[in-house]
Amino acid sequence: MTGILGNFGRYFLLMRKVFSRAEKKKIYRPLITDEMIKIGVQSVGIVALLSFFMGAVVTLQTAANIESGWIPKWTVGYTTRQTMIYEFSSTIVALVLAGKVGSNIASEIGTMRISEQIDALDIMGVNSASYLILPKLIASTIMLPFLVLLAMSVGICSGAIVGTMSKATSLNDFIYGIQYDFDSYGIVYSLIKTVFFAFILSTIPAYHGYYASGGALEVGKSSTKGVVYSMVAVMVANYLLTQILLL
Amino acid sequence: MIQVQHVSKAFKEVQVLSDISIDFEPGKINFIIGRSGQGKSVLLKCMVGLLEPNEGSILYDGLDFLNMDEDQLKAVRQEVGMLFQGAALFDSMTVEENVMFPLTMYSNLSQEQKLVKVNECLERVNLVGKNNLYPAELSGGMKKRTGIARAIIMNPKFLFVDEPNSGLDPETSIVIDNLIRSITYDLGSTTIVVSHDMNSVMEIGDKINFISGGKVEWQGDKHALLKADNQALNNFVFASEFMQEIKENLKGE
Repeated sequence: MTGILGNFGRYFLLMRKVFSRAEKKKIYRPLITDEMIKIGVQSVGIVALLSFFMGAVVTLQTAANIESGWIPKWTVGYTTRQTMIYEFSSTIVALVLAGKVGSNIASEIGTMRISEQIDALDIMGVNSASYLILPKLIASTIMLPFLVLLAMSVGICSGAIVGTMSKATSLNDFIYGIQYDFDSYGIVYSLIKTVFFAFILSTIPAYHGYYASGGALEVGKSSTKGVVYSMVAVMVANYLLTQILLL
Repeated sequence: MIQVQHVSKAFKEVQVLSDISIDFEPGKINFIIGRSGQGKSVLLKCMVGLLEPNEGSILYDGLDFLNMDEDQLKAVRQEVGMLFQGAALFDSMTVEENVMFPLTMYSNLSQEQKLVKVNECLERVNLVGKNNLYPAELSGGMKKRTGIARAIIMNPKFLFVDEPNSGLDPETSIVIDNLIRSITYDLGSTTIVVSHDMNSVMEIGDKINFISGGKVEWQGDKHALLKADNQALNNFVFASEFMQEIKENLKGE
C-alpha cells in the first residue's frame, strides 16, 4: 500500500507528466471545449440552485439574529454580500463541483485505466496524462471563476428577493447594505482562490482515476477517494489562501 | 526485427520472467504461448514499454528500446500497432474516430484523406458502414476488428496482438486469425501474438515460443511443435483429448 508520502510523490510526478511533452495544440482545442461544456455549462443549473438557497438562508439567518436596535437594518444586505463574495460562492461551489465533477473525472479516467484505454494511448506514443488531464484542468480553471461569479450574483439576488418577500429587510436597506464599504478586492480574492480550487478538483480525482487498478469496484473506490481528498484539499487550501491573501 | 535479450522481471519477491531471450522475425507471425500465469502478458507489456524489465534489453531494429530518448521513443511508437485482449477502444469515440485516432495524433493529412484511409481499413476488416457506431453498440468480434483497423492504420512495422480470440466463437476467431495473417504478410510487419489458443497457433503461427515458469522452454515452428520432446510443452499442447487424438494419428503415420 502506498503511504501518504508515496501518494504525494506520485501525484507530483503525474503533474510533471501532465505539463511535459504536451501534444499538438489542435489536439487539445476540441477536448478543452468538450470539458468546458461538461464541467462549466452543465454545472450552471446546480450552482445557480444552490447559490439561490445559500443567499436566501444567509439573509434570513442574519435578519433573525439581529436583535439589537443599535444594529442598522442594512447589515442584512452587507452580511449577505460579504458571506457570498468572500466565502460561500468560491468554497461551496468548489465543494459541490468536487462531488459532481470530481467523481465524474475519477470514474472516467479509472474506467479508461482498467479497460486498457490508457495503455492504448501510451503504446501509441501519446502522453496519456497530458491528453486526459490537461484539458480538464484548463477547462476547470476557465469555467470555475464564471460559476463563482454566477454564484455571487444569484446568492445576493436571492437574498434580496427572499429578504424582501419575508419582510426580514426592505429592498432599500438591502441594496444600501450590499453597496456599503464595498471593496472589489473581495471578488479578486475569491477568484484567486477559485483558480487553486479548480486545480485541486480536477487533478486529485484525475490522479485517483489514473492509478486505479483492478475492476469496477476499485474504480468506485478511486472515485470516492478522489472526491473526499479533493474536498479536504479544498478546505486546507481555503485556509492557507485566506491566511496569505487577507491577513 | 525485435530482439528480447536476457530480460528478467520480478514483482516484489515473485520472479515472473527469468533471462528471456527471443528473436522475433519480420514478416512472420511469432507466437508466445503458455499456460495462464507463466509471464506471457508481462513479457508483452515489457516489449511495448508498459512495464520496465529489471534486467535485459529489448531491441527494435537494433535500437535499445529501454534507453531511447523521448523523440526516438515517440518515433518507434508510431511504428507499433497493438490489438488488446478487450480491444481497448475509446468509449467516447465512434468506430471512425477510434480508427482515425492515430492519424489525428500524428499525420498532417486533411480530414478527407484521413477518412479515405479509415474507410480502407474498415473495408479490410469488413466493417464498412459501421463508422458512426460507438463501441458499446458493437459485438465482441466487431470490437476486435475495429481494434485491428486502429492498429494497422499507420501501417505498423511491429504488430502486437494480445489474446486475439478470447471470448470469440470459432468462426469469428478464424476471421480474426486470417486478418492477422494477411496484414502481417501484406505489411511485412513483425507480428507477435500472445495466446493459448492452439487452433490459432496451428492456423497462422510461423514461429512459436513456449514459455513456462517465466522461461523460454521451447522454440520452433508449428510442425516441430507436434513432435517436440518436451514434457511441459506436450502437457500444454496435448491437454485436450482432441489434440491427443491428433498426436496418436501422427505417431501412426
